[in-house]
Amino acid sequence: MNALIDGTNGPWEMVIGLEVHAQVTSEAKLFSGAATAFGAPPNTQVSLVDAGFPGMLPVINARCVAQAVRTGLGLKATINHHSVFDRKNYFYADLPQGYQISQYLQPIVGKGSLILDMPDGSSREIGITRLHLEQDAGKSLHDQHPSLSFIDLNRSGIALMEIVSEPDMRTAEEAGLYLTKLRAILRYLGTCDGNMEEGSMRADVNVSVRRPGDAFGTRCEIKNVNSIRFVKQAIEYEARRQIAILEDGGTIHQETRLYDAGKGVTRSMRSKEDAHDYRYFPDPDLLPLVLEPAWVEALKADLPELPDEKKARLIADYGLKPYDAWVLVAEREQAAFFEAVARGRDARLAASWVMGDFFAMLNRLGKTVTDSPVSADALGGLLDLIADNTLSGRLAKEVFEAMIETGQPAAAIVEERGLRQVTDSGAIAGAIDAVLTRNADKVAEYRAGKDKLFGFFVGQVMKATAGKANPAAVNELLKARLG
Amino acid sequence: MSALTALTLAEARDGLHARQFSATELTAAHVAAIEAARPLNAFITETAERALDAAAAADQRLGRGEGGALEGLPLAIKDLFCTRGVATTAGSRILDGFVPTYESTVTARLWAAGAVLLGKLNLDEFAMGSSTESSCFGTTINPWRRAGDATPLVAGGSSGGSSAAVAAGLCLGATGTDTGGSIRQPAAFTGIVGLKPSYGRCSRFGIVAFASSLDQAGPMTRTVRDAAILLGTMAGHDPQDSTSVPAPVPDYEAALTGDVRGLRIGVPREYRVDGMAPEIETLWQQGVAWLKAAGATIVEVSLPHTHHALPAYYIVAPAEASSNLARYDGVRFGLRVPGGTLDEMYENTRGAGFGREVKRRILIGTYVLSHGYYDAYYLRAQKLRSLIAGDFAQAFAAVDAILTPTTPSPAFALGENSDDPVAMYLNDVFTVTANLAGLPALSVPAGRAANGLPLGLQLIGRAFDEARLLNIGYALEQAAGPAPKPARWWEAA
Repeated sequence: MNALIDGTNGPWEMVIGLEVHAQVTSEAKLFSGAATAFGAPPNTQVSLVDAGFPGMLPVINARCVAQAVRTGLGLKATINHHSVFDRKNYFYADLPQGYQISQYLQPIVGKGSLILDMPDGSSREIGITRLHLEQDAGKSLHDQHPSLSFIDLNRSGIALMEIVSEPDMRTAEEAGLYLTKLRAILRYLGTCDGNMEEGSMRADVNVSVRRPGDAFGTRCEIKNVNSIRFVKQAIEYEARRQIAILEDGGTIHQETRLYDAGKGVTRSMRSKEDAHDYRYFPDPDLLPLVLEPAWVEALKADLPELPDEKKARLIADYGLKPYDAWVLVAEREQAAFFEAVARGRDARLAASWVMGDFFAMLNRLGKTVTDSPVSADALGGLLDLIADNTLSGRLAKEVFEAMIETGQPAAAIVEERGLRQVTDSGAIAGAIDAVLTRNADKVAEYRAGKDKLFGFFVGQVMKATAGKANPAAVNELLKARLG
Repeated sequence: MSALTALTLAEARDGLHARQFSATELTAAHVAAIEAARPLNAFITETAERALDAAAAADQRLGRGEGGALEGLPLAIKDLFCTRGVATTAGSRILDGFVPTYESTVTARLWAAGAVLLGKLNLDEFAMGSSTESSCFGTTINPWRRAGDATPLVAGGSSGGSSAAVAAGLCLGATGTDTGGSIRQPAAFTGIVGLKPSYGRCSRFGIVAFASSLDQAGPMTRTVRDAAILLGTMAGHDPQDSTSVPAPVPDYEAALTGDVRGLRIGVPREYRVDGMAPEIETLWQQGVAWLKAAGATIVEVSLPHTHHALPAYYIVAPAEASSNLARYDGVRFGLRVPGGTLDEMYENTRGAGFGREVKRRILIGTYVLSHGYYDAYYLRAQKLRSLIAGDFAQAFAAVDAILTPTTPSPAFALGENSDDPVAMYLNDVFTVTANLAGLPALSVPAGRAANGLPLGLQLIGRAFDEARLLNIGYALEQAAGPAPKPARWWEAA
């Protein structure tokens, strides 16, 4: 991957850091007992705490704390046994308390790392700066009334993890891989559903450009981008915008920008000068959050196998290529599907089927492994018929198509349609004899040196056996006959 | 004045159990007293009908030999506690029309114990003040007057409605809240008992927040015993308040033996401040003499960071207030003054809804938290706070309680300090330290100034040592003899 962008007078390098807001998977909000389900009618999942009523006080939800710690452990990060909740003060109609409870100077999780799985099979480590817990705000609806905005507080108080990366990424592609990997880790852990369309994962993207080897340039932050594709597009646009300004002799002003996905451009939202003064201070309604080391250890002991470990295991146990292993591991359900197919079978055959015909079928039908018309057991059954020579590769593809259509197991289709390959050398020999007799002229030409005709004879034999003859046996017997 | 309103809370409780009178009679007597005392402007909301209904229900329970610790006892509540179905104002226009659908934990505990709500009491706006002069409902008048002088005096603040109501016999006891002295100073100004418990002793849930790390609810009563009884019901752990402490609640009333023999009482030399009236010094010496006579040992102690307490307090409290009051934005409840844009609506609402003192503190608080000033103000104030707490920790290694005056002067006249916020803030000079250190502190009426006005002595105790503190207060009360009562001039008015 070429990390540099060609300018009019020399190359430029992008520097990218990401701040991801991931909604914590939890039944209740961070500081109240209100529910968190997506898509509920407006203002039906709001407690008096979430609505900022007089005298209401926040009480920390232990489940959300555990989820943040588990995520920190999944990111190989330092867990801070003492962390502090601060108030971030600003006025907005969908922020009922007039402040957001967040963690500023003492977050619950410190430095960690995340491995990017590059398409060429190599890996690259990206630093994680920190992870902290904070409340989400409500939602303003500006299109419901000609002059007023409507407020939906269902999201108000929902727990978010803000996961901040180091400015370690150098291409839009890497930023995409970072988000894919982070989402995979969160999903493996069950700490965030990673659903960007529903807003449970959003990214703020920091982009700057520099001449290779120079110090970091001034960065712009693109707020609240809600798909990996848009993140990549926003970075490409923003980097080129900055390069154009710099090459024109201009300077970059630190500012917050928004990505307009419709037009494919970023637009200025506010400059550093108009930046809020958030007046952070420790929230006096909450005591510092103190974690028992034994509790953290118990969470650690209970972590599931995570993508990196699973990838390493797939490579070791099944002899997969690193990038293939990552493709399988990217979604936990895919890896599980593969393992169910590969267990006790030829792993390479399983990998080639799962990642070949099977994924192609899912793509074609717009389905995922979880709603696939062919189960792992069924696919395994097909592979068993290949392994015991009942089916040739060619026949197997035909059977697979039939399995998709009918939902029947491979063995039943083979029986019903008589697709069993012929391995009986007597039957094959008979077919060969018939073909050679019928084509005596071509046999003579072959023997005179026209080697290319061998393929013709194979084709004729296969035709004569309706494709059921074992191709290897046909080759072997033909060679013997033709001398 | 009815004999029933002259009873202490303990006497009324015992009288109800002995069937000497009914809860209905007791409540009706107080309702009548409240009506007669409207010139004092102690109440913002009177709930006579609800009170009589509750009293009738209490009579039924008492008749069946049931009922809680406060069954049938009429109380009044500072209008900072949210009360379900009863308007809660915090003394501010900005809560115009706000009727909570929920009950504060402290008041819920009182009603669960059978107490009867007489109404909601006046206070400085959002409890910011020492005189109730910042209330949008006008100033509460002290039942006490200077000898031979009808000049209206303040009842203290911010719990000035509470102090006036208790002193004037309008309720058997009241709740107050104390952020820098708001229970103790008004108690001292009106000749009653006021206790600010340890931070975390009473739940803050459902109390309109002023400065969260300092606010604490407490009882205001005519006797130490009554304070002990009320605290026993108000106190206790509440899972809805993360700062409330899961410590058991002792039987405070049972702790009142009056026996202080062998206790060591500290007298801090730093509390002799410039400009303190000589009669305050005399009162203090009198308190020392009483406790010595009762068998306590008096020890001079040093609290060297005392003079930093007031500046630290006037940074921390406004900082927290500026954030706590951000929710009064016209969006969801209370006053809304429309505007062309969201920002205009905020400005119109908050401009019209908040009074001068509240605006002043929001501005101070916003300033001390702002970028570039945080370290110089807020962080340094927090460090001072630690030092002040450290002073007390050191002193309490040597003594069991500390005795000081509650205020540097008796009650002042309306308007006397209202043009000079710093003079007003000086009212808190003896009281803020206990809030900054989270310690319990009790004001007990202990004497009178030359002009006849009541004066209070303050006892500061170790955290969660309210039982001992109340007992020392009880000894002082015994030594001082029956507290005088104000002449009931308002009934003739």
